[in-house]
Amino acid sequence: MKTTIAVAAIVTSLCTPSSPYAADPQLGRNLAATCANCHGTDGRSVGGIDSLAGQPKDTLVRKMTEFRNGSRPTTIMHQIAKGYTEQQIDLIAAYFAARQ
Amino acid sequence: MSNPNNNPWSRRHFLQASGALIGAGLAGCASTAQRGVARVVVVGGGYAGATCARYLRMWSDNRIDVTLVERDADFVSCPMSNLVVGGVRRIEDITLSRENLARRHGVRLLRGEVAAIDLDKRQVRLTTDERIAFDRLVVAPGIDFLWDSVPGLSAEMADSTVLHAWKAGPQTTRLHEQIRSMRDGGTVALCIPKAPYRCPPGPYERASTIAHYLKTHKPGSKVLILDANDDIQSKKGLFLKAWADHYPGMIEYRKDHVISSVDPTSKTVRFELGETVRADVLNVIPAQRAGDIARPFINRNGRWVGVNWLSMEAEAAAGVHVLGDATFSAPGMPKSGHMANQHAKVAAAAIINLLGGQPINDQPVVMNTCYSFVTDRSAMHVASVHQYDAGERTFKTVAGSGGLSTTASDREGDIALAWARNIWADVLG
Repeated sequence: MKTTIAVAAIVTSLCTPSSPYAADPQLGRNLAATCANCHGTDGRSVGGIDSLAGQPKDTLVRKMTEFRNGSRPTTIMHQIAKGYTEQQIDLIAAYFAARQ
Repeated sequence: MSNPNNNPWSRRHFLQASGALIGAGLAGCASTAQRGVARVVVVGGGYAGATCARYLRMWSDNRIDVTLVERDADFVSCPMSNLVVGGVRRIEDITLSRENLARRHGVRLLRGEVAAIDLDKRQVRLTTDERIAFDRLVVAPGIDFLWDSVPGLSAEMADSTVLHAWKAGPQTTRLHEQIRSMRDGGTVALCIPKAPYRCPPGPYERASTIAHYLKTHKPGSKVLILDANDDIQSKKGLFLKAWADHYPGMIEYRKDHVISSVDPTSKTVRFELGETVRADVLNVIPAQRAGDIARPFINRNGRWVGVNWLSMEAEAAAGVHVLGDATFSAPGMPKSGHMANQHAKVAAAAIINLLGGQPINDQPVVMNTCYSFVTDRSAMHVASVHQYDAGERTFKTVAGSGGLSTTASDREGDIALAWARNIWADVLG
């Protein structure tokens, strides 16, 4: 198994950027998927909790900022919003804004 | 299906990336000459496995061939199952079909039980002797029980008299029936194993929903919590307040109660400190480990599977991704259905990149919310966000994030039910 891993690393390094781990072009998608449990797959809620799909990016960023600074009342989002960086919130908002 | 010539997740590409075709691989980095489709087998169709199967299809534009092997006919949710124990929901309300995974997403559903995993041949063998080849394997077996931790109790006895009901299904209904047929004035004893176990607040939620039933139907009865731990493991202040508010004198909590033996016939439990308790309904949740099918990959404390958190790949086996409760948890990471769903997405993204010869995401994030009901309507939450720490190669909870409800409320009960509907849709398509 170890040989396979080593060979895989070599082949990967020839095919792709030098690190096997790098900033993923799908980072926004992956981050947004952490919201899907409550807000629905790709931000399309089946009910009871807000859909995020198709909301303007600025609106989503503003809401998350207000959750983070405590100015927007919520039961739980103030605690969750503080777990993401501003850059991550930006990527998440852009991803949902681009959904239909 | 897509044109295989344009398929970056082809089996051949995977084989190149894994070094099996090293000679062709060097020339074949951008090859479009493909042979066949990359195959992923997912074993286990719960919160982790079903999510992973769905997202592998969705995020690969249906280009990866995904087979989901599951022994049970339907998905029965552990989250919300304490409402069934407490008699405010029926088992049908938490039972869902996996059919959408096949119909909407093209996952091949295979009802069966895996007998063995052959890593050399890259195939799983079912108990029917059918063999299914894979390029990458996902193992999401949930938990199985350490029966040695409860001398006197066996899987068979636990299935007939002293139930655990810690895997949602027939036992969930039977535990409710035991409580329903108990005499008024009886005692329901609930034995909790030492952490880590599946769903840290789950036992205390169960005590609450049982107490709600008893208060309504058998008000002379009580719930006795016998906890092997030295304190309530989750939402302590919130549970204590809810118990004082709703069930004064009905729930008794005793810490440091490590079981030494169980007599299923008389429903008696002996504890290491010498105490003996006899109950009318005895619900023993045994200590747990990674589910049976993940046993070959257990490398932490003899119980859990250590994983590379960037890919969910088992430390003990390349190409095998282990998800959910079976994993050796990162610090502060609960064993929960929500977290299992999040593991599955990290794994799906990584597997797609690995099969496509792409670097995998080096900054994954997972998060958890867990709602606990304390009455038929009122619930409260705990939440956490976990960012990957490259230095320590693990997920760490973000300082200042996460937290608890201020109090249990009907509003959060409604949100909890909406959470369930949304996560079920996310898991099962």
